[in-house]
Amino acid sequence: MDAVSETTAKRRKGATAEELATRQRDISVSEFFAKNRHLLGFDNPRKALLTAVKEAVDNSLDACEEASIVPEIAVIIEDLQPERPASAKSSRYRLTVIDNGPGIVRKQVENIFGRLLYGSKFHRLKMSRGQQGIGISAAGMYGLITTGRPMVIHTKPKAGGPAHHIELAMNTKTNRAEVTTDDEVKDFPPARLAGLSSGTKALSAEGGFLSTEAFRTGTSVSIELEGRYQRGRGSVDEFLELTAIANPHARITFVPPSRESSEDDEGSILAGAEASAATRATATTETGGVVIYPRGVHELPPETREIQPHPKGIELGILLQMLKDYEATEKGSLFKFLQERFCRVSSATAAQMCKAAGATSRTRAGDIEAPQAEKLFQFFQEVRLPPPPTDCLAPIGVRQLLAGLLKGVRAEFYAASSRSAEVYRGRPFQIEAAIAFGGDLPADDPARVIRFANRVPLLFQQSACSSFKAVLETGWKNYNLQQPRGSLPAGPIVIMLHMASVWVPFTSESKEAIADYDEIRKEMKLALMECGRKLGTYLNKRAKMRREGERRDVFERYIGEIAKAVSAITGEDAKRLYDALHAQAKRKTAVADQQLDEDGRVVRGQEDPDDDGVIIVPEAMTGGPVDEAMSGPQSEAPGRRPATRAPGERPARAKPAASSPPAKALPRAKHASPKAASPKRASKPASKPSGKPAPAAPPKVPPPRPAPRRTFPDGPTLF
Amino acid sequence: MAKKTTHSIAERDARTQHKIVELAKDISKMTLSGREPQLSIPTRTKSNTLWNRKKGILEMGDGTADRPLFDLKTAKQFMQTMLHASTIKDLIEARKTSSLRGVFYKAKHTVAGTKENTFDTQDESDPILEDLEVALGALREELHVFAENRGSMVGNITIVDKGDEIDCRRMGSGGYALPSIVEPDVIQFKKCEAKFILHVEKGTVWNRFNEDRFWEKHNCILTHGAGQPPRGCRRLLQRLNQELGLPIICVLDSDPWGHYIYSVIKQGSISLAFESTRLAIPEAKFLGIRAKDFRQCGLDDAVKIDLTENDIKRAREIAAYPWFEGHKGWQKEIQAMLTNGFKMEVESLITKDISYVTEVYVPERLKAKDWLD
Ligand SMILES: Nc1ncnc2c1ncn2[C@@H]1O[C@H](COP(=O)(O)OP(=O)(O)OP(=O)(O)O)[C@@H](O)[C@H]1O
Ligand SMILES: [Mg+2]
Repeated sequence: MDAVSETTAKRRKGATAEELATRQRDISVSEFFAKNRHLLGFDNPRKALLTAVKEAVDNSLDACEEASIVPEIAVIIEDLQPERPASAKSSRYRLTVIDNGPGIVRKQVENIFGRLLYGSKFHRLKMSRGQQGIGISAAGMYGLITTGRPMVIHTKPKAGGPAHHIELAMNTKTNRAEVTTDDEVKDFPPARLAGLSSGTKALSAEGGFLSTEAFRTGTSVSIELEGRYQRGRGSVDEFLELTAIANPHARITFVPPSRESSEDDEGSILAGAEASAATRATATTETGGVVIYPRGVHELPPETREIQPHPKGIELGILLQMLKDYEATEKGSLFKFLQERFCRVSSATAAQMCKAAGATSRTRAGDIEAPQAEKLFQFFQEVRLPPPPTDCLAPIGVRQLLAGLLKGVRAEFYAASSRSAEVYRGRPFQIEAAIAFGGDLPADDPARVIRFANRVPLLFQQSACSSFKAVLETGWKNYNLQQPRGSLPAGPIVIMLHMASVWVPFTSESKEAIADYDEIRKEMKLALMECGRKLGTYLNKRAKMRREGERRDVFERYIGEIAKAVSAITGEDAKRLYDALHAQAKRKTAVADQQLDEDGRVVRGQEDPDDDGVIIVPEAMTGGPVDEAMSGPQSEAPGRRPATRAPGERPARAKPAASSPPAKALPRAKHASPKAASPKRASKPASKPSGKPAPAAPPKVPPPRPAPRRTFPDGPTLF
Repeated sequence: MAKKTTHSIAERDARTQHKIVELAKDISKMTLSGREPQLSIPTRTKSNTLWNRKKGILEMGDGTADRPLFDLKTAKQFMQTMLHASTIKDLIEARKTSSLRGVFYKAKHTVAGTKENTFDTQDESDPILEDLEVALGALREELHVFAENRGSMVGNITIVDKGDEIDCRRMGSGGYALPSIVEPDVIQFKKCEAKFILHVEKGTVWNRFNEDRFWEKHNCILTHGAGQPPRGCRRLLQRLNQELGLPIICVLDSDPWGHYIYSVIKQGSISLAFESTRLAIPEAKFLGIRAKDFRQCGLDDAVKIDLTENDIKRAREIAAYPWFEGHKGWQKEIQAMLTNGFKMEVESLITKDISYVTEVYVPERLKAKDWLD
């Protein structure tokens, strides 16, 4: 045996432990992630561009909200190789994201932009978009690796003061920044950007782009990187559209690059890119190619409070570490430690806990031995405690969910529901769901699921995401939708899910999918079921309305003949008989009238959409497969159905006004102003602007705004 | 006499007219007072048909069905009923009569503002007229409606039809075509020597008997009803039976359909149960074809026609009719057919000889009084 292993060792000429030791050394996080950049979402040029935008925009929104500033954000992508051949798979871009946030004090700039795992959000329990301290420095690192160019930062922390202009590159070996330029300038926001294109010039001339009033403080981050700009699914455009839906309080301006990469093989992995057209945010304006996502509401989301961890949400090791930390800084008692470092621990509970750990209220935290800590930990699991406070969360809210979807998706029915806060691993979270149904949405495709975590759209890894699984596991058939086994429901439907939490459990550092905790998935399903029930009710009601309409049709067809025949026999006035019969027919089929009043709207019941979380846009109603399925053989049908109406077509109405064009032809306000959300009933627009943007001949001045046809909350009908 | 008839006809028309106006007035009253208009129509269904054991006929019960206007199932029928009521009122007013088909065409048009017809086929129209008959309590002739002639008669009888004397021995090969209305004011029996009536199912069989001058040899009347005999044929047979005391002997196919025709002649039908007293002939007899004939007459295998599943079902239904249920002869007959597993038409006797049926089969059976009743 020995002989054998000896010979083997000789033949292989293996390294000794000492030799190995010479090669064993620190790996810097930056080196690690530079090698594994796909973990951070920089796997291909198109996604890399999107990820960089996302990291910068997330930070900007976080910073603004923390500083209680209503966010104003500009995203500018400059194509630095506009002359490249059409076959080029990628190009070099300069991405600049500017916000009107609080700015960054000079001494933090290197740490924030030049170091991975440095940030203000990791250690606390409070809802924010960023949480890891990786995001923006990773984007800068990717830029550096692909172009060799440093990040350029302009930041102005004081309204009256100067802006810092800093250029820095990360040293991946040391995970530290190397500053190449560092001066103070007056130029903020950088004036150069306003002159980029005819569009930006026109906009800034009206004060709508990077005005010094709107950006009294703030930060501008520019990164040069290798990327690829192409619209569609998983694009910068989609990200910004969805961000606008989930953040109606932000105004976002987007200056896209002059040129879009043509589709090629690489594009095909993003199959269905154009499908997102149906859900394009329509409440945008465009000036010379500049896209504006206007502000929908002027209030910031409710301010969130940082909370201490909940006893039921920590692990034993963490408890030990917390005890050590407390001893190091406070040198206080276990009794005080429990109350100060945890939430929901009252003095009475703390006393109970001390007892459980075999300690008194005066025992020092530092004196707790491991076995005692374990007892304490055990007690944490058993004791009854209130769930963590939920003011650390800022859910979007039913009203704003509806507002966001309404402006983003052309549908006929919208429903939203916001669950109350729940807890996973001691961390509070809250699930919200919304659906849009019918209208212009493709009728036969599988549902589109749009996912958000802390108001950030999640564009990749759908099938790994808890929200996606929740959608699959929900029984949509109960709500009159089709759903092939184990699949998404099919039909004209968009399903939106939002998770708000102090710590969203992502499956990876690139923050693309929510990990599948039972507690989370359960809440998601409950939220979806609430929306589903509303949809089911609506669909039933709609089918009933149609059936009643058909019934009336049948009756109306015959009563003319009957009036004539009776009059011929009795000599009475046929008109009088007809009117009486007609009145009866109307009464008999009153349900069909629910959409036939003044504006063709059903307005009744609650005025407050928050109560019910439903919006109906009757003009958008179209016949769908659902209707046919529902008014199938089991529905009453007259003996002989006339061929005068196609199935699913709307029942003839009593009033001539009802012969409005079919819903599909209806235009939507392309230029709904932020005020479109104001509670004012809109009149129908006289002009019908085309539903599609026409970037070919951009008008200098935004075209006149037609009166918004879909207003909120009063305009659309509620039930 | 003629004058009196005209007078009574005018009276009768006025009565019918009045009934129609009342019906329409009811509807208009309901309409104008805000009640939902509905017609009430005696039901012509099995459940509303009663078997009068004593009289041996089917009678209509007093069940009625509502026909509301504001119900998808009945809306169209409601309209159709009113259209026909109006048509009939016009007919009576104009002192004209019309065929069933004529009434159908008169009322058929597209519903104003649609492509839908008030009536699509005559099959839709005829039952509505029958509904009106029962709803108004007026017979078809009182509504000035008649059906097409169907069925023929020859034999030792002379009748008067609308004043024309008709000697039924001199009707050539076609026979006297049976009109749909044969009431005493239209047809009177002038002179009859015949001793019975031989009623056969179809024209083809009737032709055989007529060509062989069966009625002459056996001193009878020969009729057929072109399958299921229409009201005119049945009414005439009943009058001959009741007024002249002539027995009715039927020669029908040996299959459920033949048995059913016999049943209708004998006790009336469900859909016309309201007319049974005028139509049913309880003492009608069934001479053949019998299930036993295949053996007894030594017929060829080629004449067998397999019973279908539907036939078997129908046969069982017929066996369960209350008037057949306790009838040993009929139970045996139907059972024998089912056991055979095949049916036979009267024409199958031709395989023996072209005139076997007229010269051997029927005379032998008559002589032996071998029939079911
Ligand atoms: N535009 C900005 N304005 C003000 N502070 C900023 C801005 N961008 C980043 N910061 C600060 O820099 C820190 C680091 O940002 P970074 O994006 O690297 O990490 P993060 O946002 O904390 O977490 P994540 O990796 O999840 O994005 C943030 O925590 C925040 O304190
Ligand atoms: Mg970040």
